[in-house]
Amino acid sequence: MAYFTMAKDTLANLFRKPATRMYPSVVREIFPATRGHIAMDITTCIFCGICQKKCPTGAIKVDRANKTWEIERLACIACASCSDACPKQSLSMENTYTGPVTILEKPKTREEVSGA
Amino acid sequence: MEKAEEKRHTIVPFGPQHPVLPEPLHFDFVLEDEKVVDVIPSIGYIHRGLEILVQKREFTEYVYVAERICGICSFIHGMGYCEAIEEIMKISVPERAKYLRLIWSELSRVHSHLLWLGLAADAFGFENLFMQAWRARELVLDIIEETTGGRVIFGACKIGGVRKDITDESLKTMVTVIDGMYKDVRTICDVFLNDSSVKERLCGIGILSREDAYSLGAVGPMLRASGVSYDTRKLGYGAFGDIDFDIVTETAGDCYARCAVRVHEIFQSFHIIKQAISKIPGGPISVKVTGAPNGEAMVRYEQPRGEVIYYVKANGTKFLTRFRARTPTFANIPAMIQALKGCDFADVANIVLTIDPCISCTER
Amino acid sequence: MTENKMMIDIGSDEVLSRVQSYQQGGYRLVQMCCVREPAGNVPADHLELHYTFGRDYEMVDLKFSIPPGAAIESITQIYPCAFLYENEIHDLYGVSIQGINIDFQGNFYKMAAAHPFNPDIEPGQAQKEK
Repeated sequence: MAYFTMAKDTLANLFRKPATRMYPSVVREIFPATRGHIAMDITTCIFCGICQKKCPTGAIKVDRANKTWEIERLACIACASCSDACPKQSLSMENTYTGPVTILEKPKTREEVSGA
Repeated sequence: MEKAEEKRHTIVPFGPQHPVLPEPLHFDFVLEDEKVVDVIPSIGYIHRGLEILVQKREFTEYVYVAERICGICSFIHGMGYCEAIEEIMKISVPERAKYLRLIWSELSRVHSHLLWLGLAADAFGFENLFMQAWRARELVLDIIEETTGGRVIFGACKIGGVRKDITDESLKTMVTVIDGMYKDVRTICDVFLNDSSVKERLCGIGILSREDAYSLGAVGPMLRASGVSYDTRKLGYGAFGDIDFDIVTETAGDCYARCAVRVHEIFQSFHIIKQAISKIPGGPISVKVTGAPNGEAMVRYEQPRGEVIYYVKANGTKFLTRFRARTPTFANIPAMIQALKGCDFADVANIVLTIDPCISCTER
Repeated sequence: MTENKMMIDIGSDEVLSRVQSYQQGGYRLVQMCCVREPAGNVPADHLELHYTFGRDYEMVDLKFSIPPGAAIESITQIYPCAFLYENEIHDLYGVSIQGINIDFQGNFYKMAAAHPFNPDIEPGQAQKEK
């Protein structure tokens, strides 16, 4: 039986830099492939509705008549099946996570986005 | 003392909320003084009915549900579901996809075992070791996130192949990271295997004999720690047919043996991943899937916690009739009860933890 | 794949003798499950049960169907570890199984509905306490 097997490591810990970061002043580097959130470029969207059909949780709502595209962020599981299926590459998987939402905005139409 | 008094039994309820249990599991222990005489397990606090959800989701979309059965063995749940459908539809997956699946499934084994080592250290009160194990696990999670985009829910499998490729450059980095981890993980694992205080808590506790382990249907490290050489990976599913590895077994059948099996399996997985990286062929990573499955299939895979069985029945429509997952923890419960009988009440937490209980898997 | 597995259709009356012979042959219980919509010429309202056994890397699946409302004999006398599967089948599909060694009486899974996987059974006629 060995004794003090952890002692070396424990002593080294006293002089080592901590393994954790001082979040939020030091932010972890995000990998390019990380599935963070779905971003929409509505100016190129043709409102085909494929993303709505492909979404396994039914988080996406496409309104063809009013030309709006809406996503329920809390229902989205970030599986990227909508961005894989998008025929116009309007949808993309960004590697950043969505920030906290404080104001609930109405979905913008294409005209409102391109006009702004 | 009178004889009647000597045999007085106490019933102690344990769980569903208990510091050692990450998930709800309930036991009624019949104690004679400090000795456990009998145990009645009870699960069912978090039954979510994911198996029946298969009738409401298209079979291509159910992959995402299958992956979310459990947070730790998530990849193999998704992979097992895909391969069961592929068996029904007679799809042959490209070789590269098979190797990628193998690499990811072994990475998930490494991270699951490191997680377990941490939890075990926490259960016997070795906080420093717990943190070291989880620090090492973080490196594996980083590799996984870099290649698939998710830390524990990989989302990389689809019917007919995989969704993401790993570039040759990333594969090279993976080998470097794994080589670097060897020493780090070795230091941590040596503490588990050699330290006197760890041995004090694990050796000779919760012994499960070879016969009991076999006849009670134990699977995975629980079975291998009792000396039965059985590993579903030896069936050669996916790319495992081309990989050379030996089944890790121990003979003592106690908590220490189960811990040792998992420790050795981490290094074995490193070895398998490196072999797979050196052998990985080029080519496409998926084939197009058309039509709907019709028929039934029963397949089995080796999860970190043991053998898992998937049964899929399809009726030719986009919605399957039945998807069943017999998870390793479900099969290990009778063996765990056997191991608990006769132990000290203070050792219960350790023994329960050594089957690596995953109740979310068990109740689906 | 070098996997050796087979599915065998059997009659519901020969289940116990078959299971007994597997037990004597050194097989262990791998899983038991229940399926609706049986295949073949079995009436659609029947339930199909799968008992799977394994020895080394060999897997045998016994498949048989039972009419709705029928009771079956427990195999826990032969395989004590089968009680989990049998309680599960009872709770999810409402199949009454007689003689389970540890019978949870329908409380194995704590669920809102009595037999959620089998909509053929009316919630009212659910046998929560057999």
